[in-house]
Amino acid sequence: MKTKGIVTGIISNLVTIEVDGPVAQNEICYIDLSGTRMMAEIIKINGKEAFVQVYESTRGLKAGDKAEFQGHLLEIDLGPGILSSIYDGLQNNLETMKGVFLTRGEYTIALDPDKKWEFTPFANPGDEVFAADWLGEVKEGWLPHKIMVPFSFDGSYTIKSIASAGEYTVNDTIAVLSNESGESVNVTMKQKWPVKLAITKYRDKPRPFRIMETRVRVIDTFNPIAEGGTGFIPGPFGSGKTVLQHAISKQADADVIIFAACGERANEVVEIFTEFPKLEDPRTGRKLMERTTIICNTSNMPVAAREASVYTAMTIGEYYRAMGLKVLLLADSTSRWAQALREMSNRMEELPGADAFPMDLPAIISSFYARAGIVNLNNGQTGSVTFIGTVSPAGGNLKEPVTESTKKAARCFFALSQNRADRKRYPAVDPIDSYSKYLEYPEIIEDFKNRIGEDWVEKVLRGKNIVLRGKEAYEQINILGDDGVPLEYHKRYWKSELMDFVILQQDAFDKIDANCPMERQSYMYYLALDICESEYEFEDFEECGNFYKKIINILRQMNYSLFKSEDFNRYQEQLNTELNNGK
Amino acid sequence: MASKAFQKIYTQLESITKATVALRAQGITNEELATVDGRLAQVVKIKRDLITLQVFAGTEGIPTNAEVIFFGEPPSLNVSEDLSGRFFNAYGDPIDNGPKVEGENRFIGGPSVNPYKRMQPSEIIPTGIAGIDLNNTLVSGQKIPFFADPDQPYNQVMAQVALRADVDKIILGGMGLTNDDYLYYKQVFENAGALNKIISFVNTTEQPPVERLLIPDMALTAAEFFAVDKNEKVLVLLTDMTLYADALSIVSNRMDQIPSKDSMPGSLYSDLAKIYEKAVQLPDGGSITIIAVTTLSGGDITHAIPDNTGYITEGQLFLRTDSDTGKVIVDPFRSLSRLKQLVIGKKTREDHNHVMNAAVRLYADAANAKTKLENGFDLSDYDLRCLDYAKDYSNKLLSIEVNINTTQMLDTAWELFAKYFTKTEVSIKEEITEKYWKN
Repeated sequence: MKTKGIVTGIISNLVTIEVDGPVAQNEICYIDLSGTRMMAEIIKINGKEAFVQVYESTRGLKAGDKAEFQGHLLEIDLGPGILSSIYDGLQNNLETMKGVFLTRGEYTIALDPDKKWEFTPFANPGDEVFAADWLGEVKEGWLPHKIMVPFSFDGSYTIKSIASAGEYTVNDTIAVLSNESGESVNVTMKQKWPVKLAITKYRDKPRPFRIMETRVRVIDTFNPIAEGGTGFIPGPFGSGKTVLQHAISKQADADVIIFAACGERANEVVEIFTEFPKLEDPRTGRKLMERTTIICNTSNMPVAAREASVYTAMTIGEYYRAMGLKVLLLADSTSRWAQALREMSNRMEELPGADAFPMDLPAIISSFYARAGIVNLNNGQTGSVTFIGTVSPAGGNLKEPVTESTKKAARCFFALSQNRADRKRYPAVDPIDSYSKYLEYPEIIEDFKNRIGEDWVEKVLRGKNIVLRGKEAYEQINILGDDGVPLEYHKRYWKSELMDFVILQQDAFDKIDANCPMERQSYMYYLALDICESEYEFEDFEECGNFYKKIINILRQMNYSLFKSEDFNRYQEQLNTELNNGK
Repeated sequence: MASKAFQKIYTQLESITKATVALRAQGITNEELATVDGRLAQVVKIKRDLITLQVFAGTEGIPTNAEVIFFGEPPSLNVSEDLSGRFFNAYGDPIDNGPKVEGENRFIGGPSVNPYKRMQPSEIIPTGIAGIDLNNTLVSGQKIPFFADPDQPYNQVMAQVALRADVDKIILGGMGLTNDDYLYYKQVFENAGALNKIISFVNTTEQPPVERLLIPDMALTAAEFFAVDKNEKVLVLLTDMTLYADALSIVSNRMDQIPSKDSMPGSLYSDLAKIYEKAVQLPDGGSITIIAVTTLSGGDITHAIPDNTGYITEGQLFLRTDSDTGKVIVDPFRSLSRLKQLVIGKKTREDHNHVMNAAVRLYADAANAKTKLENGFDLSDYDLRCLDYAKDYSNKLLSIEVNINTTQMLDTAWELFAKYFTKTEVSIKEEITEKYWKN
């Protein structure tokens, strides 16, 4: 018997319901508004009164309207067909919705029930299996999509029968399992999972031990993110958060990209689903859209679903991770999610924390970031969810609660600076404030040794120091004037400018420069560092500036040329000549 | 908003605050309208049979035995072609002595467009102002505010932009307009002979501030009628959104909500986004473009209102008086149109992007030269040429008085380049320079 209730109070999308039976925290209910069923979630219970946040507009709702509780939390469907879909925060398929406008109470099915998938079984009757074990696979685009024992299954199961190779829909039974007490259970290619709970059916979660290439130099070279790692990008408006996130999503070395557009501009989502079907994945040559899922809850869509959208995205990420895939999850922006929490907390008249955000905001953020990670699956393979969120700090001030809470949770900090954006130095990642904790991980240092060279990380730190010393020199030059400082200061300044222009800056709109593989990054970085660590003699500061300007220009031309192409080599020779002249 | 049959009438108020009243009533729906002592009000909170109403005109003089009549429906607007050329107040009632508009009755503040059904904006909206068309091109379906100090002529510029823009309908949402500015708009629209394509919803400073909250929804409901039903290109002007946000904070304060940054309600971002995100390019050719005004206090863009706006809108335009020429210009440094990349060089001449960047870069060099001059340093020959160029650039292009098409703007820029600089100093891609350089 489902618990029922009666609406007793309404403030915007916070509704109180008097219930006639047991209900659970975060349980889902449907409120009946003259025949329209509106989804809502319990966020607080007080005696007979349940406080629910409604995922729709509550216009027209009245005291006395009926509600029915569903006995489960907010869950989504997991199965083949998720990739290249565009969902809202509750996993409704936006493509199959009718009408130009979103209609209240219109919920669409996430996975196409009629589509046939070519299934290949792995397991055999008689096998003992556990939750998340692979029973077989289907091809989803070019990706092998594993069909797993549902995550919700506890204990050991024996396979009674498994479907032979052939075409099946997501609702067809592909295996019959029997549990420890001998009861049979049918398994289909589709399973459900509550989004607010992490999927933990893996053997263990080691420390991240290898990097994830994004082909963005300021990240890979200076502040690398580990596969299964976490990072965040705070920045004021206009500092290029979205362009940077789009660049990462296009180029990152991942099998699956999940993009959660959480409370941001609708036109930016339009850009993704207009461009991604045309863009090629530089690694596989397939269209980017084939490996991408968009969870879209733009700023004008109901606020409560905004909070759900990041959890929906994370759950889908964990699902693909359990298949042994590399998943990259991007959320733009987690501040909007925090604001959604603030709105609800405010309506429930909770005592506020800093800037009126709820007191438990840091805990919520850090437990969300903790769901990312690389894992060893039960079958010995690895899978990963790498998470990068953006933060939109109010007034561009990084001392606000969302940025500070996220800083405690995320291991990489890519701070976008207004100052760099104003000077058109893109990506505007501040080289001094930003950091990657992974550079300190012995596992990651080892990974770089094998990938690039023995002394890579040590050299990166030397490069960072050049940038820092350059900034200090620049400040002195500004105070004392060009003539007022020793020539050495000008040298330091220009060396840091060289690092800035050649390594840190990257043209996201240039086909070649935008997409810079690690091999090329290390080549250019060694070259740049070598120049910075060589000594050249100059008569005065003007000669010094002119020399480095010339060098920077040639190095930039190299960045714009195909790696090791004729043009590239020609610039390389030009560079050598100039450097020899300088000696 | 006329009264209807079978209305529920109550006469006993439980409590009264400056902006709200509460009473006991049955079967009342959320957000429905009512009149309290003849004043329009809306349901904002329901606690069993205790109903809280927000009274738009304020509660001064309302007695505890005031007559409360519920309408059973949220605020709505009659939409039809007859809206054209008319002036309305915040409730959608005519204020131009004309007849009531007949048409389909639609609730305001309706649902959002399914993001999947949107098209990528790709149509340029020319305004004739080079500071906009050349440097910060507007695109249909875009939302962009002017960030302006209260003393700047933003209403004049908006009126100009509206009249020059090539659109089918212009809808003005005036919030807290001074009566003078209201009459200014009215006169400008009448003089331009363009009245038949203009619709105005106006709340002046003489009217209660809370009424303003209805204006954007009224204007956008009308806009959606023309854009969605009639496939027209609609331009919506909203002035001044800062006063709108102030009204929001008044209401949230009266409702005992905990304020967040700058004493604004915690939901400010969502409230503003709900309005601005109505800007859309629809698949059948219709579009809604929003140009708004957000007044700043002392140029501070970190205040909650411009800050949240900046995160929502697709760029922002800054007005500035150029002290060298005395002209009001659109500031080329701080202004930004995020969508311009979708049209420049594609819907305009191929050299657009190059010319725009070079012209602004040289103008920046002039600004540096000016600083040098002010600090008492010697100026080089290049510095002097930059300064002369800046004056010409400001007069012939940046000034909002200029009214030419984009191709003329590009030609003018090339003339200035040739007049003051060498090809290397302008430093535009060689093949483009060879094609367009003016000898």
